[in-house]
Amino acid sequence: MTEVHPQVLLQAVNLSVSRGELTLFKERSFTVEAGTLLQLQGDNGSGKTTLLRALCTLIPLDEGELRWRGELLPGAREDYFSEMVFAGHADGLKAGLTPLENLLCNLSDKQVSVDECVAVLERTGLAGKEQLPCRVLSAGQRRRVALSRLLLSDTALWILDEPLTALDASGRDLVASLIDEQVQRGGGVIYSTHQPLPGSSTVDTQTLVLSN
Amino acid sequence: MFQAFVNLLKRDLTLSLRRSSDWLNPLVFFVIVVTLFPLGVGPDGELLSEIAAGVIWVAALLATLLALDGLFRDDYIDGSLEQLLLSPHPLPVLVMAKTLAHWLVSGLPLVLLSPLLALLMQLPLKALPALLLSLLSGTLCLSLIGSIGAALTVGLKRGGVLLALLVLPLFIPVLIFGSSCVVAAAGGFETGAQLSLLTGLLFLALALCPWAAAASLRVSAEA
Repeated sequence: MTEVHPQVLLQAVNLSVSRGELTLFKERSFTVEAGTLLQLQGDNGSGKTTLLRALCTLIPLDEGELRWRGELLPGAREDYFSEMVFAGHADGLKAGLTPLENLLCNLSDKQVSVDECVAVLERTGLAGKEQLPCRVLSAGQRRRVALSRLLLSDTALWILDEPLTALDASGRDLVASLIDEQVQRGGGVIYSTHQPLPGSSTVDTQTLVLSN
Repeated sequence: MFQAFVNLLKRDLTLSLRRSSDWLNPLVFFVIVVTLFPLGVGPDGELLSEIAAGVIWVAALLATLLALDGLFRDDYIDGSLEQLLLSPHPLPVLVMAKTLAHWLVSGLPLVLLSPLLALLMQLPLKALPALLLSLLSGTLCLSLIGSIGAALTVGLKRGGVLLALLVLPLFIPVLIFGSSCVVAAAGGFETGAQLSLLTGLLFLALALCPWAAAASLRVSAEA
């Protein structure tokens, strides 16, 4: 095995993924290093979500390989999952539970306390909504609960599928600042988007454009 | 790992208790199906007591099947299933937590209510312990076997019928030993053999089903 730079988080080598008959992308290679952003751009149906799900090992690859800190996936899945968090189109929240209960029931390695959850919910603009069932929250508010989960997870890699969906202007600013912080503290972020992030800073950003 | 198991169990139980249809529907179905038999075959006590064991067991099996469709469906729709698949903890353990929560809500109430229906069906009182014990291990076994089918059909829009076709053949051994255990007890015979076989089936299901269901979930999530 080749020596891996400690900064390299996720490595994709000659990745090919298809959906049925349709080849979404062929032999793409890229690397996500600590403290960098990888932005996916592309039209509707160009395969952004599929690529992100493939990076989460939820979809098998046609060809190529994925490595997490140099270890081949999905073999190193356990290490990978304890250091990554995925926020997909579906928020993964239980409608019958309150935001607080949703955050407390976490299935990761890290145990969270009620105080931490309340503090994070306040940060994401949900103060006073902790005890309402998620069913009565708006789509944007639910997205904010999903963002709170990112903050609590404290993982090295964030994979976000269109994190700006359903959010208002202050929500978009919040996502931008959360991503900024994650990168500042040496984490990596992969996200797909149609809109540019507000106030995109000087962060080291790679852009990957998918085309039909 | 244990903490994740407890968290998930607690979450599913809280959700089910807040939504009464989860535990009420299979229970009401069970009661109604069993009550249909005296109405259908007539109030002949001897005939009823003869078919009681089979009727109660088949009704419990169908009620379990009815509830199974929802085991992973909600999680699939709201995205929690993805989060489950991306958990660093072994997926079979999490599947076991979900199946256990599901059984506590939809299977255990059937077992607890069965003595009442046994009286309705004129089952001899001496067969009650055998009925309770066989249903206790039997319904848990059915939930475990059914979790594989539920995991395989979770991605399908109308998976209910396919689920029944997939798991009903696998339910047959449990049904045979379960009802024959009650029949034997009603006739005054030993039930040790049937109960041992049921417990054996339960342990076999406990050892294999969560792994099979976990693999099926990963396949279902690829779609």
